[in-house]
Order: sequence, then C-alpha cells, then structure tokens
Amino acid sequence: MSAKINTLGALETAELIRKREISVKEAVSAVIAAAEEKDKEYNCYTTLCPEKALEKAEKVQALIDSGDIDSPLAGVPVSVKDNICTKGIRTTCSSKILGNFVPVYNATVVDKMEKAGMITVGKLNMDEFAMGSTTETSYFGATKNPWDTSKVPGGSSGGAAACIAADEAIIALGSDTGGSIRQPCSFCGVTGLKPTYGTVSRYGLVAYASSLDQIGPVGKNVADCAAVYSIISGKDEKDGTSMNFAPFEYTAVLNGDMKGKKIGIPADYLGEGLAPDVKEAVMNAAKVFENMGAEVEIFPMPISKYAIPTYYIIACAEACSNLSRYDGIKYGYASPDAENLRELYIKSRSEGFGMEVKRRIMLGNFVLSSGYYDAYYKKALKAKKLVQKAFFDAFEKYDMILGPVAPTTALKLGESLSDPLKMYLGDIYTVMVNIAGLPSAAVPCGFDSEGMPVGMQLIGKPFGETEILRAAHCFESATDFSAKRPQMA
Amino acid sequence: MQITSELISYLESLGRIRLTEEERKNSEKDLQDILSYIDTLNELDTEGVEPLSHSFPVTNVFSTVEEPFSMDRDLILENAPESENGCFRVPKTVE
Repeated sequence: MSAKINTLGALETAELIRKREISVKEAVSAVIAAAEEKDKEYNCYTTLCPEKALEKAEKVQALIDSGDIDSPLAGVPVSVKDNICTKGIRTTCSSKILGNFVPVYNATVVDKMEKAGMITVGKLNMDEFAMGSTTETSYFGATKNPWDTSKVPGGSSGGAAACIAADEAIIALGSDTGGSIRQPCSFCGVTGLKPTYGTVSRYGLVAYASSLDQIGPVGKNVADCAAVYSIISGKDEKDGTSMNFAPFEYTAVLNGDMKGKKIGIPADYLGEGLAPDVKEAVMNAAKVFENMGAEVEIFPMPISKYAIPTYYIIACAEACSNLSRYDGIKYGYASPDAENLRELYIKSRSEGFGMEVKRRIMLGNFVLSSGYYDAYYKKALKAKKLVQKAFFDAFEKYDMILGPVAPTTALKLGESLSDPLKMYLGDIYTVMVNIAGLPSAAVPCGFDSEGMPVGMQLIGKPFGETEILRAAHCFESATDFSAKRPQMA
Repeated sequence: MQITSELISYLESLGRIRLTEEERKNSEKDLQDILSYIDTLNELDTEGVEPLSHSFPVTNVFSTVEEPFSMDRDLILENAPESENGCFRVPKTVE
C-alpha cells in the first residue's frame, strides 16, 4: 500500500489514516520519497523538509489516535508554494533576494492547515515573486511539465500544478494574482480554485499585487480542493481585507445537480487567438453541462479586450510598491560590496531580482509617476470598475460563467522568456477574474492533438464557491479527464 | 508613449535598480512593446466612472485583538544580513 500513497487524493488519504490502514508517517514518507525520486526530472520543489514533517507526523498521529482532532484532512501531507511563509522553513519566492529567508512566523493558512492536522512536506517552485506564467523566471530553474518535459508547467504556481500531476504531492497550495493557480492547473491537467478576494487570509503571503492576490488549493479532484478551502478560508484579524462570510461546507459541493442552471460563455473568450483544440474541449464541456440539464448561452463581453492592460497597470503599480521593502538590510540578500546606503539598496536589488521582476518594478513606477498617474493608474482603476460591472451584469442572467483558462495548451520551454508581451497576452481569460475579485475553479476538460491537457474555468458570483465547485464536481463525475495522469499516458 | 533612454534611467532611479547594458537595451524594446499595447486602454470610454480600488466595499478596519501582535527582536534579527547590539547594521549614512 505505502508505495502508492503519493498517488492518492487528500480526502482519500485522510480516510485511510482514519481507518488505520495507513499511518500519518507512511503518508508523509511516501510523498517525500516520490518527491526525492521524481524531482530530479521535474524540479517542482525548492525545499523539502523531511525531518520536520516526520516529527510533526508523530504528533498528529497521537492526536488522531486519542480522538483529539476533528478535521477532514487530518494527517494529510501538503506542499506549499514558496511565497507562503512557513515558520522555520525557508521561503524564497524563487528569488535570489529571498534565497536565505527563514520566516519566524507562519502564514495564517499554514497555521490553519496545521491546526487541521495537515503536514507541510515542502515548498514549491514558482515564477520569481509570482511574476510570470511559465515558472521559468524562478532563480532555482524552471519546473518541467510532467506530461512533456520539453514544455512549461505554466505559472506562476507551476511547482504546485506539476507536483500534483506527477504525484509528487497529495495536495498543494498555490496563489493566484492573474491566473497563477488556474493556468498551471490547465497546463498540467489538475484542479484548482482561485477563491473570492477576501475569503482566504493573505497574512504571510509574500505580497505581489495585494488587491488581486489570493491563496487557493491545487489538487487531484474537486472535493479535495473544496476540503482545503473549507480549512483555509475565513475572516482573519491579521488581514484587514479579509471578509466576514458564511462558513463554507465542503460536503455541500458533493451533492446537487445542474438542472436548470444557466451558464454563460463570453463570446470574447472564444475569439481570435484561441487554439482550436482548446475551443473544442471547452465547447464539449458546455455540451456535457447541457446534457445534465443546464442551459448554456454565448453572450458578448467586449470589455475583455481591455483586461490585459488594466491588469498589468494595477499589478505592476502594486508590485513596485510592495517590492520596495527589499533593501538588503532587514532580511534577504545584501550585496557584499556596497560602500554607502544608497549603493546597498541599488546593488542588493539589482543583483537580487531577476529581469521580469525588474521589468514590472519599472512598469509600476512608470504608471504611478508624476504626469502619468491619471493616464495610466487611475484609468486602470476606472476600467476595473467596468470589468466588475460587466460580470455583475452577466450574473443577472447566468448562475456562472464558463470559459477556457488559457488560449493554448502548455508552451515549449524558452518560448516566452524572449517576448514578455506575448507571455502577458496568454493571461487574457484569467486576469479579469482577479480584477473583479471573483472565484473561479479550473478543471481539466480535455486534451489537445498532442495529448497535452486542456483546462476550463467556471467563474462564480462573489462568495459563490459552493455553486462553481458543485458544477465542477458534476462535470468531474460525468467525465474522466481529472483521473488521467501523465504516468498513464 | 515613447520609451527613451532618459526614461529608463529615471525608472531605474525610482526603483533603486541598475540595469546592465544588455538589460537596458532589451528593456527599451520590451517596455515599448508593452506600453504600446497598454495604450489601447485609451480607447475605453471611462467618462464619469469612479475608480475602484477594492473589489468589495470595505470600511476602515480596527483590530479587535486585545494583545498587540509583536515578535521577538532577536528572532527578527536572525534574518538580517548584518546586525549589532540588537539593531540592523547599515553602511555609514552621515558623512
């Protein structure tokens, strides 16, 4: 049994632990063994922490044995994106500038998972500071797509999606600022949730664009993601933007049907630039929903055209402000040969940041600088209002919105690095969700002609996680895309 | 919007970064491409639209935590590249 634990889902693993068929230690050891073996090829992890995890496993086992823990995921090993602070475990954001940073506190989500008996086994590779859509901007080297190692896993949570696809993890946490959970899920054929803004605490998430960032689960199936979301969500005093809302019950996702549900597909999500294989897979998914009794309609959403400019202005503006904290003094990398304070700032930052990060710092400073603020930053905040309004208008007619996650399947390694604008354009279908603050679930819905996975997203109303995850669960139950793994191909 | 060498220098200075010659050359082209694309936003009519900062209405939040959240100084300084006598150590700042 123990040799295959790494291939299980999270709820499945917890069930076996509850039934005493496997121990917590066996579950942790299985994931670490799989990661140590396969990561030479895929490079999903920046850090593995076997000693800490095994020590924790014993404590959690004791709590389970004495009946002192009430959680659907007690004893389950979890892998965490490396921009989420883990006390005593290096948290690098895949950047040289944080290469030696060891947080002295846990992110709220990590505290919550630990309280629920989940065990952090390692930290996951990502684009540097979550800036990128391929995981190639990582200081620790690119992660490879387990379906085809000549291709990118997507990004920025590329390590999270790839480790799930490769069975190097049971469940993972990612973060999504403009598609960073959903797009790698689509490229790697796994499931993920970008929650409603404010439902998951950002305390301890290294900030990229604070008004857009959200932490969410990446997993092998919808139920696992729902269970993790039930654990990590909720109001947190330590995050001033976290919201009060009705507690989420993951079991509510597992029941219900699609009869009479109205699904809208934005026509602008099906237009120029969308690969034919991706379009076909998404339209086939729409048929699956129709066969289950849903009504599907295509509707115009012309504001989509302005999604990318709006997103990059807002995200870069916030990034240049958030990243001003890296100064070579308080933590992180300090240049060894600076003679005065200003040089220390400049050299530490120039040597510590990669090119994509520098580019976004420059763009952000540009859109916020005197003379350009109104024309760019303020304009983008007005566009943000119009993007949100377009969604709210659509939700007057539809229960949820369906669309592709990305215009293509996974790209070849190296294709995007030389042309940043081209990489940005790939975020067209995902960024609007962040701009509007909405929840969106990414679910596998097919394969292209080369056998690479295609993902769709189901976008919901604010706090509509139950509705979209229930629809995703119905789809998953009616199809077998989520069950496919590259190892079987 | 035209990207010039002077503008790149200004943005380096604002961001406290210094690009290598090669990075500068690529940046001029890349930022030009990106900003030209971003400029399409000018076509969008935003007359009379209020800027939206937060996705959902938020009001000022006062913490109800009774004990202020704090951390041990020595622990914090463990991550500092250089520290001395419980302080961050920096190069001489006053001549």
